[in-house]
Amino acid sequence: MMDLPKEKLLSMYKTMVAIRGFEESLAEAVTAGTLPGFVHLGVGQEAVHVGVCSALRPTDWMSSTHRDHGMILARGADIKRMRAEIFGKATGYCKGKGGSMHLAVYDKRATGCNGILGPSQTINNGVALALKREGQGNIAAVVFGDGAAHRGEFHEALNFAACWKLPALAICVNNHYAISVCFDDACSVDDIAARAAGYGIPGLVADGNDVMAVYEAVSQTAKIIREGKGPALLELKTSRWRGHFEGDPQPYRTPEQLATDKKKDPIARFAKQLLEQGLATDAELQALKVQADQELQEAIEFTDKSDYPGPEELFTDLFYTERRAV
Amino acid sequence: MREITFAEAIREALRHEMKLDDKVFIFGEDVGAFGGCFGVTAGLFQEFGPDRVMDTPISESAILGTALGAALMGLRPVPEIMFIDFTTVCFDYLTNQAPKVRYMCGGQVQKLPLVVRTTSGGWIRAAGQHSQSLEGWFTQVPGLKVVMPGTPYDAKGLLLAALRDNNPVLYIEEKALYATSGPVPEEEYLVPLGQAEVKRTGKDVTLITYAGMLGHTLAAAETLAGAGIDAEVVDLRTLSPLDHDTLAKSVQKTHKAVVVQEACEMAGVAAQVIKSLVDSSFGYLDAPIKTVAALNTVIPFSPPLEDITLPSADKVVQAVKALMA
Repeated sequence: MMDLPKEKLLSMYKTMVAIRGFEESLAEAVTAGTLPGFVHLGVGQEAVHVGVCSALRPTDWMSSTHRDHGMILARGADIKRMRAEIFGKATGYCKGKGGSMHLAVYDKRATGCNGILGPSQTINNGVALALKREGQGNIAAVVFGDGAAHRGEFHEALNFAACWKLPALAICVNNHYAISVCFDDACSVDDIAARAAGYGIPGLVADGNDVMAVYEAVSQTAKIIREGKGPALLELKTSRWRGHFEGDPQPYRTPEQLATDKKKDPIARFAKQLLEQGLATDAELQALKVQADQELQEAIEFTDKSDYPGPEELFTDLFYTERRAV
Repeated sequence: MREITFAEAIREALRHEMKLDDKVFIFGEDVGAFGGCFGVTAGLFQEFGPDRVMDTPISESAILGTALGAALMGLRPVPEIMFIDFTTVCFDYLTNQAPKVRYMCGGQVQKLPLVVRTTSGGWIRAAGQHSQSLEGWFTQVPGLKVVMPGTPYDAKGLLLAALRDNNPVLYIEEKALYATSGPVPEEEYLVPLGQAEVKRTGKDVTLITYAGMLGHTLAAAETLAGAGIDAEVVDLRTLSPLDHDTLAKSVQKTHKAVVVQEACEMAGVAAQVIKSLVDSSFGYLDAPIKTVAALNTVIPFSPPLEDITLPSADKVVQAVKALMA
């Protein structure tokens, strides 16, 4: 399990810690009233973010959900420009025009979040089609939640990808709640991955709270896809620690249930694995946390100092103005 | 000049662009060996093969999603949605997705070359779910261009312009025009998006129309000429962006306007044209601007009922005569 270089393992740990800090700082800003809009935090899902991104190649493409600031950070995005975008600043990746729910970082091949559940799954097929034509063995991964698995697009996209043997990896992050509705009440089967049989493609389930299990599952699945065998469906079971959005009082789950979920803390679990296997010391892990906190602090200062976009930005980027030359 | 049909003109533009650029590919329901529900892509599958002309499952969302993803990656997809009535099941891609990608990512994506072809209109005796003219909906979407040719010449020139535009374009083909013929140059030419054209000059009244109603309106203008009324006919060609200047110039000359559209009257393109003229030319108007449009009802199957639901040359003549009286 731990046959990765120590450097990579520690980097994964640091990214998980950085994501947690990033998300908690956003929660504080919402509480303080300094962060407007809908903010969906992925606290508790860091193993998914880091496990998926560590297993993909930098040359692969991926898209993710409204709860996946962490996914884009794990993809290597600049934490300063990430935070600036979430606060609607001109220095953000999308010039402040997308915000938390539509963050995209194209230079990291992360097409980002989509405000509508479902389309990312079909759009991923187009990316996969282009990658198939390029023939470099790269794949297109789409991450979506258990809620989005109930959109018609789930079916359309997987059938389409299977028919055309596209290098597409569908990753369902099942955190058991679609806003307030429990997965058990909204799904007719225990595992979303079981639906893969209906498309004649591989369907796997992995523990989404164990970063190494996620890493292994994504690596193995991606390998099959890179061989040209068509798409696959991977389900990662995890839990979210916070409400659907910041401010959600969560009347639909009990404090006891939440406490049980928190016992599966993916960061504590990974730390334990690293320590027990002698791959890191307490001091090393603590130093990584300090480093991550410092980078977050710099991102906060960068964001606070950044300006909002000016009105001259209202119509820029609406259209490309040059016609294609032939 | 040689004459070909509206459908042939579209096919010629597609073939021309596919020969020039192997990134251009067509896909949709029955567009392959079958040649498309209306025969527009006939022969292209045989000519370019299954990697360039692909049949899809009946999955409109997957068709447009795949097209958008491919365009993001630099391919130049030309997906087909068989009837504009079916855009209702993939509306998201034409409203929330393709037109917004570039803006919402702050220009990280520059070019988004995506031309969605679809068909529109009545007179094919197909009732309320295969005969609608829904173009007006799409003109409300910032980031999307909407094109609707009314002649074979414009069909080829506008499609070539759309294919080179580098933005999402909804290219709407009037089904009743497919078999109509007109002069079309064999060589390449572009009809710029966003430019209306005066199709008939006149001095007494401006008739503003587009797509399938162009022929009916030109016929009405001939009838009116016999009655001593000299009508100017303006063909919008592109519905978004709208060519305000050509509209204003014509109406400021004739001082009267009738807007003719096949869509039902409520809140459509005609309403926006009238708004444009009120803004630009209110002081020049000698009479209220009138509209000839489909009745605000579901298009019925029964042929005599469909015929009285949709607008016609006769209705245009009557409206103009009432305006001039």
